[in-house]
Amino acid sequence: MVIAGYQLPMMAALIVWAVLWEIVGHTEAGFILPPLSAIIVRVFEIVPTPSFGEALLITGRAFFSGNAIAILVGIPLGILMGRSVIADRLLLPWVNLFLSAPLSALVPVIMVIFGLGETTIILTVVLFAMWIIVLNTRAGVKAISPSLVEMARSFGANEWQAFTRIYIWAALPEILAGIRLGVIRAVKGVIIGQLLVSVVGFGTLFEVYQSHFLMEHFWALLLVLFAFAFILNELMARLEKHFGYFAASR
Amino acid sequence: MSVSHIAPAGTAAPPPAAGTAPRAIVEVRNVTKTYAGGVEALSGISLEFPEGRLTTLLGPSGCGKTTLLKIIAGLIPASGGQVLVDGREVKGPGQERSFVFQDFALMPWASVLRNVAFGLELRGVARSEREAVAERHIARVGLKGFEHKYPHELSGGMRQRVGLARALAVDSKVVMMDEPFSAVDEQTRRKFQEELLELVAKEGKTFLFVTHSIEEAVYVSDRIVLLSRRPSRVSAIIEPKIVRGDDPEKIRRDSAYLDAVEDIWQQLKRYLD
Repeated sequence: MVIAGYQLPMMAALIVWAVLWEIVGHTEAGFILPPLSAIIVRVFEIVPTPSFGEALLITGRAFFSGNAIAILVGIPLGILMGRSVIADRLLLPWVNLFLSAPLSALVPVIMVIFGLGETTIILTVVLFAMWIIVLNTRAGVKAISPSLVEMARSFGANEWQAFTRIYIWAALPEILAGIRLGVIRAVKGVIIGQLLVSVVGFGTLFEVYQSHFLMEHFWALLLVLFAFAFILNELMARLEKHFGYFAASR
Repeated sequence: MSVSHIAPAGTAAPPPAAGTAPRAIVEVRNVTKTYAGGVEALSGISLEFPEGRLTTLLGPSGCGKTTLLKIIAGLIPASGGQVLVDGREVKGPGQERSFVFQDFALMPWASVLRNVAFGLELRGVARSEREAVAERHIARVGLKGFEHKYPHELSGGMRQRVGLARALAVDSKVVMMDEPFSAVDEQTRRKFQEELLELVAKEGKTFLFVTHSIEEAVYVSDRIVLLSRRPSRVSAIIEPKIVRGDDPEKIRRDSAYLDAVEDIWQQLKRYLD
């Protein structure tokens, strides 16, 4: 962007907000929103601690297993729904329901059934991430050119070959978009799950910081998680771009 | 070269040679097709396709010529009647048949090499072997050097060459082509038509060709089956008596070519609205 003849640097907007945050932090509001500089100092203080390391490990584990389940169940389910009218009629209302439902409200139910442990967190991640993957895969499969399917059949492909060599690849751009959106939702899922369970991973840390009113710590942790989610999104977007080259030419 | 008579159904004949009638490798017996909803596309079609020749299905648009081709390919089931290929009833796609698609139907995520080798890949042929075969056919359709390109990097004409190479790579007896040149530009189409003649002459394969272009049909075909409007029947079988010499350019000025085009046009005119 150019203002009055000056080329503004890329991150100009970010700098404006950071400065604003810093100023607000030095007023009385600093009670709840400490200055950014102090928070950043805290980030470097918190990150090397064992309790952070442990929380990261637990969270990472739940996040990745949850995503793995969501992907491994979501993609075949999406393909099934895209291919079979019966499966689609049967499942689509539920997928749409879960996609739009306030899932946080379901976490206590999972908690009651599976206890206050990692299983609950993993299931929360699955619950958050899976539906968008299913819907996107379904849309991708529905958009496959019928002649590509006929081509595979005419050269003798069986159902399994059609699945592994045509459907997954032809729907890949949509599937990857679904996974990216799912991963972002999974970040929400893992944190919301931990906050509600509050004795696991970052949930514990948030609980400790809040109850002791350590606002700098609290914000530092938030900053780290936001950065994490942002980086994840960027990485997924890049992957999507890499495979998206053929999306327009199908 | 002209074919003056057609071998009756079921007659075993020696391989095609000049002067003898080739046997019918594809037999269509009283095939009907009614789509769900009651639309009758084909109404009792009986046909024979002589081995080693190029036979074209020609008719007004929407007449069911592609439907008939796909029934022979085993891609869609007939509502009645039967199709025999090489004496065996068609229940689905088979190794003795291959298909060239109107919209090319290439896998955009796969290189030219993998696309051409795909039929062999599905049959479980080892990678090195199938790629060697594919490379040979890629060279043959004039795409040498493009093995590792992707479909979106090729022009429409080149993409259809890939589709053709893929159909040839599986070395089937019957090659079916569904309006293969309709999505390429006019100049490329003419070039394709000339190359197709050469291919038919050299390969000894049977070609089943669908087109809506009268000129194209007359130019490339040994035999043209005219289909009527839906519900489709065979309205005439024409065998243009064109002398195909060394010069493919001559054909378009040949009087037999021009007569056949005119003849077919007179017959198809009545199907126009």
